[in-house]
Amino acid sequence: MPKMNLSHFEAAFLFSLFASVVMGVVTKRNDRDRLHYGLYTFGCFLLALFGLGWLMYLGHG
Amino acid sequence: MVKEKEQQQKQPMPPLGKWIPAVALGWLIPGGGHFLLKRNGRGALLLASITSMFLCGLMMQGAMFQPQNGDLLTTLINTGGFIGDCCTGILYLLSVCFGYSQVDIAGHVHDYGTKFLVTAGLLNVLAMVDAYEIAAGRKE
Repeated sequence: MPKMNLSHFEAAFLFSLFASVVMGVVTKRNDRDRLHYGLYTFGCFLLALFGLGWLMYLGHG
Repeated sequence: MVKEKEQQQKQPMPPLGKWIPAVALGWLIPGGGHFLLKRNGRGALLLASITSMFLCGLMMQGAMFQPQNGDLLTTLINTGGFIGDCCTGILYLLSVCFGYSQVDIAGHVHDYGTKFLVTAGLLNVLAMVDAYEIAAGRKE
């Protein structure tokens, strides 16, 4: 099995991508809403990722 | 809105034969329930996402949880993690059959790997619930 060595950002980005696709597919009732919800979820993940990243950076001093 | 919710709550349980095959296949093969119910596009997306997440977890050398007894938190984390791992179905069974065994070691990559493995199982639970709703006729 090949090994992956990812940074925090890369790993969290991949996590967000896979989770958003599944959440988009299983939640809404038509394809348009599913696409919108998947993109919205992915945006929220990224926002939290950057937000928490900056918070930790600034909080660390 | 409230009436719709009340009507949904009052819906009787559909017969087992109607949804068990879809949910069982959905557990065994991520997205399999959707394939069985002729939702091929959605099934393919689920299969690709959940399998990719699980494989990434393996390649990051994430640890598989084993049920352990101890204090409440240890029991909860390990048993919950074990259930999450098991929910990936054939992916978990194959990795165990081929002897994948990774001890929990320090490092952010391994830690992410462990989370990827468990989350793949939890996402498969969402896919199984969706397959149930489609099979029961509550969703298209």
